[in-house]
Amino acid sequence: MHQMTIAELAAGLRAGTFSSEELTRSCLERISRLDPQLNSVITVTSDSAMAAARQADTRLRQGDAPLITGIPFLHKDIFCTEGVRTSCGSRMLDNFQAPYDATVTTRLKDAGAIMLGKTNMDEFAMGSSNETSFYGPVRNPWDLDRVPGGSSGGSAAAVAARLAPLATGTDTGGSIRQPAALCGITGLKPTYGRVSRYGMIAFASSLDQAGPLATSAADAAVMLQTISGFDPRDSTSIERPVDDYLPQLDNDLSGLRIGLPKEYFGEGLDPQVAAAIEAALDEFKKLGASVHDISLPNSQLSVPAYYVVAPAECSSNLSRMDGVRFGYRCENPKDLQDLYVRSRGEGFGPEVKRRIMIGTYALSAGYYDAYYLKAQQARRLIRDDFVSAFKQVDVIMGPTAPSTAFRLGEKSDDPVSMYLSDIYTIAVNLAGLPGMSIPAGFANGLPLGLQLIGNYFEEGRLLNLAHRYQQVSDWHTRMPDNF
Amino acid sequence: MSLDTDAVKKIAHLARLGVDPGEYENYARNLSDILSFVEQLKAVDTTGIEPMAHPLESSQRLRSDEVTETNQREQFQAVAPKVEAGLYLVPKVIE
Repeated sequence: MHQMTIAELAAGLRAGTFSSEELTRSCLERISRLDPQLNSVITVTSDSAMAAARQADTRLRQGDAPLITGIPFLHKDIFCTEGVRTSCGSRMLDNFQAPYDATVTTRLKDAGAIMLGKTNMDEFAMGSSNETSFYGPVRNPWDLDRVPGGSSGGSAAAVAARLAPLATGTDTGGSIRQPAALCGITGLKPTYGRVSRYGMIAFASSLDQAGPLATSAADAAVMLQTISGFDPRDSTSIERPVDDYLPQLDNDLSGLRIGLPKEYFGEGLDPQVAAAIEAALDEFKKLGASVHDISLPNSQLSVPAYYVVAPAECSSNLSRMDGVRFGYRCENPKDLQDLYVRSRGEGFGPEVKRRIMIGTYALSAGYYDAYYLKAQQARRLIRDDFVSAFKQVDVIMGPTAPSTAFRLGEKSDDPVSMYLSDIYTIAVNLAGLPGMSIPAGFANGLPLGLQLIGNYFEEGRLLNLAHRYQQVSDWHTRMPDNF
Repeated sequence: MSLDTDAVKKIAHLARLGVDPGEYENYARNLSDILSFVEQLKAVDTTGIEPMAHPLESSQRLRSDEVTETNQREQFQAVAPKVEAGLYLVPKVIE
C-alpha cells in the first residue's frame, strides 16, 4: 500500500479493497519499524490515528467523503494539535500540549485525514539541515550520513521513505522546497496568505506559509485543496476563492513560456544539478513549452535581506517564550529577570539564539533604518523583478538547491554557508510568490529538485506543470533502497 | 561589521537570553560573519523605495467590535509552569 498514489488509495478505500484502519495500521507499522533509522517523527499518535481511521471508514461507507478522507498524513510539529505535544523541535516546548488546533490541523481533521504523528524539524523552523532540532538530526533515507534538508526535514524524509503518503510542511525561506529537493519528493509553498497561519507557531510572520509534501504533484494537490482558503483568524489570510486544482492537472502546456533567470545558473551551482535541470527543461519543450532567458537583477540581495527580516521578526515572535505562561521554565529562578534569562537560555538552542540576537541587534535603537528598513526596501526591488519577469513569461524555473544533500555536520559550524543552501528559494518568500520543488534526477545517487515559481495564486498552474512532467518522467517514483 | 564579546553580552541582555560566558567569543564570531554578509545590502541605492510590508499590499482587515472568543482561562493555564487562583506565578517582583 505504501507505494500507491492518493487516487489509488482513495479508490481502494471506496472499493473496500482495504479500510482506512488497515491503511493506517500499515503506516504506523512502517513508522515503528523504519523510523529509528531516520528520526523523522517526534511523536507518534497511534491511538488517536486508529480512532480517526475507524471514523473515516464509517464516513466512507456513508459516501460523499472528500478524496483525502481516510488517508494518513504526518504533521510538522510546528502546527498546534490540541492535547498532543507541539514541540516545534525545541526544548522550550518539549512539554507543550497545545490547548487548541491550528486551522491547518482543523481542516485536515474535518476532511477525515488521519494524523499519524508529528514530524521532526529544525528548532522553530530555523535551519536548512534539520540538525538544529532538540530531538536530534533527521537522516536522509537516500544516504543515512546525509541531511534531509530543513526545516521540514522530518516531513520530507518520512514521505521519501514512504512512511506516510502525505506530510505538512512550512516554508519561510525554502523549508518545504529545499528538503523536498534533497529527499527526492514533491513540495509546494503557496502564495503568502493562501493557507492560514493560525496556530502555526510563528517564525517570521511576513514570510511563513504552510504547504504539502507528497510523492507527486497530483497527491500534493489533494492536500493543498484541503488546507487552502480564507481564515478570519489569520490577519494576513487572503479573502479569495480557492481554485479547483485537480481538474487543471492535465491542462495542455502548448505555448507555455518558461523563464530561466540567469542569476540561478551562475557560480555555486553544482554542474551535475545544472545538467539535470537542462534535461528537465528539454522535457518541458517536448510538452510544448518554450524557454526564455530572463534576469532577476536583484537576486543577490535575497539572502542578505532575508537574514535581516527573518531574524528581526523571529526575535519579536519568540519573545513570548518567557517561561511564564507555557513552555520551559528554569529551576529555582531567583528573580523575574533570572527566570526570563535562564528559561530562554536553557530552552533555546544555539541557532535560535543566534537569530534572536541578530534580530535584536537589527531592531535596536539606532540600527532600524540601516537594517530592517533597508531590507524591506530591498525586498520591494526583489519583488518588482518578479513582477517584470511575469510580464514576459508564465512560469520561472531553475534549481531548488545549489547541490544535493550534504553530510551531517558539514555546515553546522558555518552559519553563512548553511544560509546559502537556500539561495534559490528565499527570494520567492520575500516576494510572497508560490514555489514548488519536484524531483528532476540524481547526482551521485542523490536526488535533486527542479524549482517552479509561479505568479501570485498560480498554485494550480504549478501543479499542472509538475503533473505533466511527472507523466513523462519517473524520478518521483524512485524510492530509496532499504525502505 | 564586527561585534566584540561586550556587544554580544549587551545584545543577549536586551533579548533576555542566557548565554554561557564561555560562548561569547563563538557568538561574536558567528554574529559578525552574519552581519558582514548582510552588509551587501548597503551597496544598493534604495532612495525613494517604499519598504515592502506585504507582498500583495494588503492592509489589516477590520471587523466589528464584538466579543467573538469565549473565556478559556482554565484550559490555557493548564499548560502554564505555575499558576494560582487563575494567576500566573513568577518570582516576587516588588520587595
